[in-house]
Amino acid sequence: MLNIAQPEEVTFSPELITRFNEIVTRYPEGKQKSALLPILHLVQAEFGWVSAPAMDKVAEYLHIKSIEVYEVATFYTMFFLKPLGKHVLEVCRTGPCCLVGAEKIMKYIEQKLGVKEGEVTPDGLFSWRGVECLAACGMGPVLQIGPEYKFHENLTEAKIDELIDSLRLTTADKPQIS
Amino acid sequence: MGRKLLLEHINVPGINTFDVYRQNGGYRALEKALKTMSSDDIVEEVKKSGLRGRGGAGFPTGMKWSFLAKPEGKARYLVCNADESEPGTFKDRYLMTYIPHLLVEGMIVSSFALGANTSYIYVRGEMMPQIRILEKAIAEAKAAGFLGKNILGSGFDHEVYVQPGGGAYICGEETALIESLEGKRGNPRIKPPFPAISGLYNCPTVVNNVETIAAVVPIVNDSGDEYAKLGIGRSTGTKLISASGNLNKPGVYEIELGVSVEEFIYSDEYCGGIANGKRLKAVVAGGSSVPILPANLILKTANGENRLMTYESLAEGGFATGTMLGSGGFVAFDEDQCIVRNTWNFSRFYHHESCGQCSPCREGTGWMEKVLHRLEYGHGKLSDIDLLVDVSKKIEGNTICPLGDAAAWPVASAIRHFRDEFEWHVTNPKEAMERNFGLAHYADPLPKPEPELSQN
Ligand SMILES: Cc1cc2nc3c(=O)[nH]c(=O)nc-3n(C[C@H](O)[C@H](O)[C@H](O)COP(=O)(O)O)c2cc1C
Ligand code: SF4
Repeated sequence: MLNIAQPEEVTFSPELITRFNEIVTRYPEGKQKSALLPILHLVQAEFGWVSAPAMDKVAEYLHIKSIEVYEVATFYTMFFLKPLGKHVLEVCRTGPCCLVGAEKIMKYIEQKLGVKEGEVTPDGLFSWRGVECLAACGMGPVLQIGPEYKFHENLTEAKIDELIDSLRLTTADKPQIS
Repeated sequence: MGRKLLLEHINVPGINTFDVYRQNGGYRALEKALKTMSSDDIVEEVKKSGLRGRGGAGFPTGMKWSFLAKPEGKARYLVCNADESEPGTFKDRYLMTYIPHLLVEGMIVSSFALGANTSYIYVRGEMMPQIRILEKAIAEAKAAGFLGKNILGSGFDHEVYVQPGGGAYICGEETALIESLEGKRGNPRIKPPFPAISGLYNCPTVVNNVETIAAVVPIVNDSGDEYAKLGIGRSTGTKLISASGNLNKPGVYEIELGVSVEEFIYSDEYCGGIANGKRLKAVVAGGSSVPILPANLILKTANGENRLMTYESLAEGGFATGTMLGSGGFVAFDEDQCIVRNTWNFSRFYHHESCGQCSPCREGTGWMEKVLHRLEYGHGKLSDIDLLVDVSKKIEGNTICPLGDAAAWPVASAIRHFRDEFEWHVTNPKEAMERNFGLAHYADPLPKPEPELSQN
């Protein structure tokens, strides 16, 4: 967190705040800290990662100390504490998936994207990393992509090609039509 | 065909929607419970059913419910454990995806039995699609009058909320889950006090697995006695098994407890045998935390009896020659799989997932990962094998939560049953990198299917 360039300031849109407000109603009076994880997920979905100023803002919103947010964001592996590619491919690397070829799939993704685990492709579009068991062992190898965490199952090299191509297409700069 | 209770209607198109679920008898248990039964009646039925927790520990659910403290003026909570992170386990994801209303109905009925006006379903954060599915199901149930104030005129008020986790296996441990639900790091609490006395927000709390809560629905519908007729002995009812690894038909199967392991692996009703015509080498029968067994010991006990899919039969022989049903994460290894590599992989998992509160777990899992890594990559020493056993013994039983044991058992059991494979990695490091250790003495005793002879 310390050696990552942080944005000067982060603003939460009124829509985002409305969603925070709804979440807080799920817990008893005074227990609004319970909203921390759901709120951090929304923040990450909005900004692509969880920056220090964003965490400070969340703390302010929930009336808790910033450190309470930092210690949570650093504990849970789903929160990115630095900017990553627009699409983060998270491949299951645990035993059952390895029995059916997850290690080969990870090597292939590394080769195809040309970046190591946790790095970002030069166009800013992709990162990849190995994650622990995603509870889809019967459909392995699997990967997920946030923030919706759609699953891609029974992966093969051909499926990886197809997936990466389609993600490239959907995020390619489209000509402006006026 | 075995009886199905949870997945009976799973192939009905649209069973994930409220209307189709309802047309197939859905929310009948809720009507029966709220209109004709008292809370104590339901607890009594659950006790009679013999239902045991499906999250891994197998603790009798009725008994757990009867421990719930009921101090005046304090809220009580039901929390559903949908953290499902134990490697090899994916049944809860399946149930929530394809028949979410079964869980929602189970939550309302169970909460009524426990006197909980608010309940939470804690779903691991990676299951965002399932979170959306559940939120939709809850909204539908509410629109139908099955949630909210004075449900069906019973005077019972109830709301269910879905809470996402953040990607941490340890949050499956019930007290860590409670901490996480309170917006904190997932550090397990020291017990006692148990959640039944002081859990969520220091209030009496029951934490149950998704499948456990779903099973309450058929129990209320058909009675505890009917449920107990299925299964064998103290393993009553049905169980969802997540089958993965080198199988022809991996997937989620609902079995009647008592099916033989051999039938489960080889019959076409279930896994359809080992993939690619290979032979079975080993099985992890109940999720990564339980001891791994070689093929001969998973198919038959050391006494030569057929091993059955029950809590008791799988545990037959204790740690020397048995294992556990655990969460029902059934992982099959074919003859080409390397036990050392898999043990290293599992150790890395536990090291990564240790919350770090207890030194034996935090440090010990790290040492095990390191030593296993060097064995796997050809830099090991023979003394490393005993070192691993020693470290695993020092973790076991010396930690706040059972993750320490869960990390120790796979290592200890792999060495117990496959020691020569570990030794071979030391004595033949180069070869070990290139080819797999032979499996002659672990191999499954069943002959390979013979190719059919042509008629002429
Ligand atoms: C490290 C660890 C991880 C666990 N993970 C899960 C899990 O993912 N899902 C689950 O239901 N239980 C899990 N458990 C078991 C829970 O602590 C608890 O026993 C269970 O949720 C109780 O519900 P049940 O009685 O219905 O099984 C885990 C336990 C430990 C020690
Ligand atoms: S045993 Fe491990 S995971 Fe459990 S509390 Fe101790 S350090 Fe944390």
